[in-house]
Amino acid sequence: MKTKNHSIEELTQKEYKYGFVSNIEMDTVPAGLNEDVIRLISAKKEEPSFMLEWRLKAYSHWLKMKEPTWHNLHYPPIDFQKISYYAAPKSKKSGPKTLEEVDPEILATFKKLGIPLEEQKLFSGVAVDAVLDSVSVATTFKEKLGALGIIFCSFSDAVKNHPQLVQQYLGSVVPYSDNFFATLNSAVFSDGSFVYIPKGVRCPMELSTYFRINTQETGQFERTLIIADEGSSVSYLEGCTAPIRDTNQLHAAVVELVALDNAQIKYSTIQNWYPGDKEGKGGIYNFVTKRGKCKGHNSKISWTQVETGSAITWKYPSCILQGDNSIGEFYSVALTNNFQQADTGTKMIHIGKNTSSTIISKGISAGHGQNTYRGAVTIQKSAENGRNYSQCDSLLLGELCGAHTFPYLSVNNASAQVEHEASTTKIGEDQLFYCRQRGLSQEDAVNLIVNGFCKKVFKELPMEFAVEAQKLLNVSLEGSVG
Amino acid sequence: MLQIKNLSASIDNKKILKGLNLEVKAGEVHAIMGPNGSGKSTLSQLLAGKDGYTLDGGEVLFEGKDLLRLAPEERASLGLFLAFQYPVEIPGVSNLYFLKSAYNALRKKRGEEELDAVDFMELVKEKSKLVEMNETLLTRPVNEGFSGGEKKRNEILQMIVLEPKLCILDETDSGLDIDALKVVSKGINAARSKDRAIILITHYQRLLNYCEPDFVHVLYNGKILKSGGKELAFELEKHGYGWILES
Repeated sequence: MKTKNHSIEELTQKEYKYGFVSNIEMDTVPAGLNEDVIRLISAKKEEPSFMLEWRLKAYSHWLKMKEPTWHNLHYPPIDFQKISYYAAPKSKKSGPKTLEEVDPEILATFKKLGIPLEEQKLFSGVAVDAVLDSVSVATTFKEKLGALGIIFCSFSDAVKNHPQLVQQYLGSVVPYSDNFFATLNSAVFSDGSFVYIPKGVRCPMELSTYFRINTQETGQFERTLIIADEGSSVSYLEGCTAPIRDTNQLHAAVVELVALDNAQIKYSTIQNWYPGDKEGKGGIYNFVTKRGKCKGHNSKISWTQVETGSAITWKYPSCILQGDNSIGEFYSVALTNNFQQADTGTKMIHIGKNTSSTIISKGISAGHGQNTYRGAVTIQKSAENGRNYSQCDSLLLGELCGAHTFPYLSVNNASAQVEHEASTTKIGEDQLFYCRQRGLSQEDAVNLIVNGFCKKVFKELPMEFAVEAQKLLNVSLEGSVG
Repeated sequence: MLQIKNLSASIDNKKILKGLNLEVKAGEVHAIMGPNGSGKSTLSQLLAGKDGYTLDGGEVLFEGKDLLRLAPEERASLGLFLAFQYPVEIPGVSNLYFLKSAYNALRKKRGEEELDAVDFMELVKEKSKLVEMNETLLTRPVNEGFSGGEKKRNEILQMIVLEPKLCILDETDSGLDIDALKVVSKGINAARSKDRAIILITHYQRLLNYCEPDFVHVLYNGKILKSGGKELAFELEKHGYGWILES
């Protein structure tokens, strides 16, 4: 007889909590992509001609591009003609003006997700833009923010009401020709969030976008643009969920951040798209381009991400450190369980003098999960006294998962200092036994150890969401250890 | 409280315990001494529920329950505590948070109300005076960067906070200087009570100068070879373990 103990390899999986489908009447464009579809999207959104031209330029560029294969991800080829590129709730033609006009079914959907859109019910200090499939359905606290000159609205509204800002900054960080998925997004993106913080204003509340994919066989292509003018600061959070589907759905978003002199942007993501079932069926393909430009001197952009969802995650939130003394940060927790794959990391491009960057990446693999960290730190010739510190740690739960680290360093200035630390550890039987001997259940012990492992990242999240992230991680790990 | 009957166990087909018998009653302090490789640590780990041992025979009753059938956390909630020979580091988890989680997990299992952070902090501050532990160690990650002595003090702190019924101390004295040994002994003595049993596993007699045992057992080659009062420890110190074999 063996002493009674559970082995780490016994794997099961808790069901995905957000997997419901809402019954909302949708206006969906038939599957397939061609110039007419792009013209149709642009027409539906009543866009000015510069937008349509930009989309068409992107589309013709995209036709010449090839899907990237350099990543450490394995999936069957995506048929881009089988995807519908536009889906919007039918009820309102030009989008609801006030919350009262929003389809109650939509409000109910977001309520079910724990995102009440009625302003008085929102937890204080957070303004929300809710995006369902391709379209922004509601933005809260618009007026309160407007009094400070802050613009927080859907991308479509921004195109209509602030075309000069959009034209000036759209594509200024991620050009339409940037990469296969970003270029596709540039051609077909339907909505997203837009933020402008005027000079010297510190945004008094967290801004948040909540993305939800609902309709089957659609892709979600949203685009977020955040501009922090001189001396301003803003903290922004995005969250995402999707229903349980047998088929894979594509999500190809683009986020552009621009920080001018002395401005600060903090961008936090809690990504919880449907990850697929425990056999690896279904789940979101998450191919996202996120990049921030520290354009002004003394500016700072900080990315924090907690990636627990999606069948496939391909994203590298990056910073272009152009202004002198600018600072870029990347804090990441990526968890892959069952058959999830993640290839994620960052790029820090040092151009200005005295620029510094910090990378803290924590990868957790369980089940058959494959977790890759890929990071590039470039110190250009002009980046006198550039500094980078990178720390990449991987934690393995079980025998069947994998962790991979691909750091690239390119240093072209002798005054630069670049440090890279990496570690891979297996969750220790000794640690588990120690915790259990003190009275913690196996599951609580795993959560405790994993949360400790992620602590450096969690402490970067806005407080309300740090708790949320911790809970999410625990749910995602539930049953991953026998 | 604890009855070990004819216990035999092995690791990787190597027999370590070969028919061990021991009975420990509430209020008693037992010392188990023995040379390296005699099976001391195997015994403590087996009692606490560490994986990887094969039970070849015998049984262990703890308060009448078949101990070896239970998961480690179930044994803990019944009141069994093991002070580790090599306390484990848990990066990123504060010592205080860890201890509070354990404390409340045990209370919950027993159907008692959990203690909030403020009340718990007070409790721990009080108890940490006893083992003269620096308060900064409470906010640091569990055992990470602790000195050998600090780790052992931390084990004793956990023990006196969690208030187990049976304390097994696995070579808690090893690697301690004389001052640390005195502090640790003070903590152990404070834990002595008529409702609690303590098993001290050690190589040396010196711990027993500070924590006087009621019984001393010599473990040799997987069996208790000789049992006696505290004077047995002095004999061992004088003559070495070889003496037992010859006598």
